Amino acid sequence: MLTDSVKTAAASPGAAAAASVAPLLKLRGLEAWYGESHVLHGIDFDVAPGEVVTLLGRNGAGKTTTLKSIMGVMARRKGSVVFDGQETIQLPSRAIARLGIGYVPEERGIYSSLSVEENLLLPPQVKPGGLSLEQIFTLFPNIKERLKSQGTKLSGGEQQMLAIARILRTGARLLLLDEPTEGLAPVIIEQIGRTIARLKSEGFTIVLVEQNFRFAATVADRHYVVEQGRVIDMIPNAELDRNIDKLHGYLGV
Amino acid sequence: MFELLGIPPQALFGQVLLGLINGSFYAILSLGLAVIFGLLNIINFTHGAQYMMGAFVAWMCLNYLGINYWAALLLAPIIVGATGIAIERLLIKRIAHVDHLYGLLLTFGLALIIQGLFRNGYGSSGLAYQIPPELRGGQNLGFMFLPNYRAWVVVASLAVCLATWFLIEKTRLGAYLRAATENPTLTQAFGINVPLMVTLTYGFGVALAAFAGVLAAPIYSVNPNMGADLIIVVFAVVVIGGMGSILGSIITGFGLGLIEGLTKVFYPEASATVIFIIMVLVLLVKPQGLFGRAT
Repeated sequence: MLTDSVKTAAASPGAAAAASVAPLLKLRGLEAWYGESHVLHGIDFDVAPGEVVTLLGRNGAGKTTTLKSIMGVMARRKGSVVFDGQETIQLPSRAIARLGIGYVPEERGIYSSLSVEENLLLPPQVKPGGLSLEQIFTLFPNIKERLKSQGTKLSGGEQQMLAIARILRTGARLLLLDEPTEGLAPVIIEQIGRTIARLKSEGFTIVLVEQNFRFAATVADRHYVVEQGRVIDMIPNAELDRNIDKLHGYLGV
Repeated sequence: MFELLGIPPQALFGQVLLGLINGSFYAILSLGLAVIFGLLNIINFTHGAQYMMGAFVAWMCLNYLGINYWAALLLAPIIVGATGIAIERLLIKRIAHVDHLYGLLLTFGLALIIQGLFRNGYGSSGLAYQIPPELRGGQNLGFMFLPNYRAWVVVASLAVCLATWFLIEKTRLGAYLRAATENPTLTQAFGINVPLMVTLTYGFGVALAAFAGVLAAPIYSVNPNMGADLIIVVFAVVVIGGMGSILGSIITGFGLGLIEGLTKVFYPEASATVIFIIMVLVLLVKPQGLFGRAT
């Protein structure tokens, strides 16, 4: 019962924030399983167009699984995921991608059997309005110099840039980024922060999974706290300072 | 006339040519196996039977429909490839989620069934298929006589192997294929239709086997067992080259054919086993194969 009331409380501020405009992404009662293991127990949240929202939480809370479920990568899932007015819970991941969702997986997913250029050009264009290669090279000048290298010969930071760059071409309007700062040097993390801010200013909507809430605070509009497969709280970024003790409690830091 | 190590050049180059011919078949067949293994993760034991089907379709085209060799060279891979697509959609797809051993058993069983059906219908003594008139005769190169058809087989196989390599390593479609081989889940999450690619890849690998079968028809007799005899050697070639390596299977195929041919000249007693001896040595020293990536 407690979790239910918290869930409702958590969902309503999100819904309120998005009340003026229809949410681009709306999750209701999303559940997912790895084999027999029940990982998500009913995730609810909304993301308004143009927002940057983070999912915060401890390891194993279900953040990555939430992104995978939105993307349709989880084989067994139920509940409701509505993107741009369309229910996607029954769709295979390739159809979900084609609606305009770009995915940067945990550990970046750079293909070692593909060159940097092939990695960059791999995701097909799914909607008009993606960034041109010139625009991408302006954002990520390193990539342009390394086009002929093998994808996994890049540094971790460059691989992360490449993983983000390749979904910007596709015309996807919602970007799902899974721990883009993991294992990277502070100077690279700053660069990724600037990139995310830039993408937001260009109108992209972003859902970000982060362990590093200090980084999250520099880029996000709102934070959803995930625990044991549920969203247990929503904290607007402006109120993060006031709620910092609570957040520390959630994250166990 | 000169001699090399006491071997008359006619004999030496004759065996080199035979080696290259065998190598051509090893290369195309192991290439097809490598392409299929890469994406489907199954060892396609039906491959030898599909090679045999290619030869039979060419024979049927000629004897039932009057369709000549050149048209059969195009038609047989399409027809046999289409049966491969049906096999993938109806059978292999259903066991894709279970252990790969089941794929091996399934394709092995299919091979036995297909061979049995052809043996029932056409016996096992073999059917003749004439060399197309354009390729009869040969060239006297001075040091050896080069039959035109055999030269054609080497050139055609080399061309098909290199075209396949180019397609996979250098084109956008090939990048999709390599991506789907490496990480099918993520590739699918980019909006690429991986199940369709799996089906077409199996069809393509099977079509390569059928193409080799048509090439083989005028050299060996068209026989229900022709694939079963060859495929054992081809599996050894694949093991030596490294499972799943495209260029590796081409180079290993031609190279081992050549080694086999040379063994026939210098130490004929070992010619039937030399490939298996090399396989044992490679497995001992580099278990992932000469061109395979360590896993």
